[in-house]
Amino acid sequence: MNRLQKTLQQDKKLLSIYFTAGYPNLNNTVSIIQELEKNGVDFIEIGLPFSDPLADGPTIQTSSTHALKNGMNTALLFDQLKDIRKTVQIPLIIMGYFNPILQYGVEEFCKKCQEIGIDALILPDLPLEEYNTLYKATFEKYNLSNIFLITPQTSTKRIKEIDSSSSAFIYMVSSASTTGTQNDFSAKQTDYFERISKLKLKNPQIVGFGISNYETFLSTISYAKGAIIGSAFIKMISKEGIAGISSFIKSIRNS
Amino acid sequence: MNYNVDEKGYYGEFGGAYIPEMLYPNVEELRQQYLQITAEESFQKEFRQLLKDYVGRPTPLYFAKRLSEKYNTKIYLKREDLCHTGAHKVNNTIGQILLAKRLGKTRIIAETGAGQHGVATATVCALMGLECIVYMGEIDIQRQSPNVARMKMLGAKVIPATSGSKTLKDATNEAIRDWINNLIDTYYIIGSVVGPHPYPDMVARFQSVISEEVKKQLLEKEKRENPDYVVACVGGGSNAAGIYYHYLNNPKVGIIAVEAAGKGIDSGESAATSVLGKMGIIHGSKTLLMQTPDGQITEPYSISAGLDYPGVGPMHAHLYTSGRGKFISITDDDAMKAGMELSQLEGIIPAIESSHALAIFEELKFKKDDIIVLNLSGRGDKDLNTYINYFKL
Repeated sequence: MNRLQKTLQQDKKLLSIYFTAGYPNLNNTVSIIQELEKNGVDFIEIGLPFSDPLADGPTIQTSSTHALKNGMNTALLFDQLKDIRKTVQIPLIIMGYFNPILQYGVEEFCKKCQEIGIDALILPDLPLEEYNTLYKATFEKYNLSNIFLITPQTSTKRIKEIDSSSSAFIYMVSSASTTGTQNDFSAKQTDYFERISKLKLKNPQIVGFGISNYETFLSTISYAKGAIIGSAFIKMISKEGIAGISSFIKSIRNS
Repeated sequence: MNYNVDEKGYYGEFGGAYIPEMLYPNVEELRQQYLQITAEESFQKEFRQLLKDYVGRPTPLYFAKRLSEKYNTKIYLKREDLCHTGAHKVNNTIGQILLAKRLGKTRIIAETGAGQHGVATATVCALMGLECIVYMGEIDIQRQSPNVARMKMLGAKVIPATSGSKTLKDATNEAIRDWINNLIDTYYIIGSVVGPHPYPDMVARFQSVISEEVKKQLLEKEKRENPDYVVACVGGGSNAAGIYYHYLNNPKVGIIAVEAAGKGIDSGESAATSVLGKMGIIHGSKTLLMQTPDGQITEPYSISAGLDYPGVGPMHAHLYTSGRGKFISITDDDAMKAGMELSQLEGIIPAIESSHALAIFEELKFKKDDIIVLNLSGRGDKDLNTYINYFKL
């Protein structure tokens, strides 16, 4: 069992934060992770920036473009993270697009992740079928969970297939949209959260896309195990920097 | 070897559907239905009728006598430049809009680089009375203002892509994002043999009318269906897929693909994907693409806006790596010279994309009785400003 699987077993609702590595400044990665853990975030998604992030809205696109301009790349990210487990205990996930990983070498990438202490990967453009036939064995060899997305349009049959191929949580995209496009949830979305929670899947669900404040966080955790905040966090950090993390997390938890 | 797509959506090791889960229901719907719908008699009847009455097909297969004399071989030009809207692109947009209608979609989106596919999409949307949104890189909008005006006249909304490098690849990203955000009512008309399966195969099938006609026309003129070579320029590769299609699995017909070398293969300003690219994922397809060692997609360059795509369709990636196709790259200068030559020898001003294909006769020697069919994919009107600036006309 990896750190992420253990965290998901805790009897509490979880808050996760996504940030783009290399943004706002190239060498912020470790400080951001440490500050998030200090403020009680349960697990973290580290975004490996990509030139063409198809599933992302303008906020994450812009942060990715800046991060690449700042000089971020796969090898550098691994180098920044090499001692991260000396100071950080919470689960860490790398979220990125498949092409940079393909170029690094999938096996080499997974091996490096295990050495550093990464627990899972989220690769939105690596489809279920390709994962199962080509890469699953490699991920498992290095004790990495692969996280799949589902959306309101995903059929029940496919959700069940995804559930059986998953080993940590299911990333429940709040609506059919790119990241960062909404401010509150409609009745249609809460119906969807409820429908999924009634399926009694073996993997817990964490909601992402469109969670930006205390209200949206609260409405998701009444149906799901937790929530992921990305674009809202990036907007905050681009204005306030690392110093703003503490009050941002407090505002989400309303504590 | 089979050079068509396999049942999993791959050409050899290239292709597939590397898409975010958000797009899965739409792409899967298309995958399950495209063959069935396009095979229906009513679909075929409407498609064929529009190609004939609206597009102006069949396009002529023209024996270029003076060009042939100059290069001491037999050169036929497939006159796709005579299609309505000035290029082969409309063959595909007619097919896809009929499909979109049968899927009950009411809103059409498209990406465009030079604007040719945007114009062809706006045209068929006007024809069918459907809402049309075209994504175009902010930089391309400045470079290609006449086509922007044409799209607007046709009733389309042109949205500038302001992300990334602000050109074709970013316009494609924006179109995909629009689709993610508007799954229910929207159909995405991709303009080339790129993108996730089934698009590369679907677009190739719609464009295959080109080689279907060549077979009949060549039989009339030369008493044989098969030329010795078929030649086309390749950006994403849709006109090439069209003229190769019925010859893919016939090894007696040589396949020649012409890419844009830009200012030279090693100049850092090129679009010769087969030489400069490595296998990767772009716009949902595993194919050859130009990228940094770290896997970031790079910006290609060509004087021809229709050829500067950083990837190539998976069919072409397979033709290249398997050796079935001979790939040649032509510089800006050589293409421009060939465009001028065709204008003065045959009275046909070609699109600069097609000029790249025409430039191979300076590079390759053919036998006197070889029959070469070259796809003249578009006319040069849209490129007049580039020709004017280049030749100081």
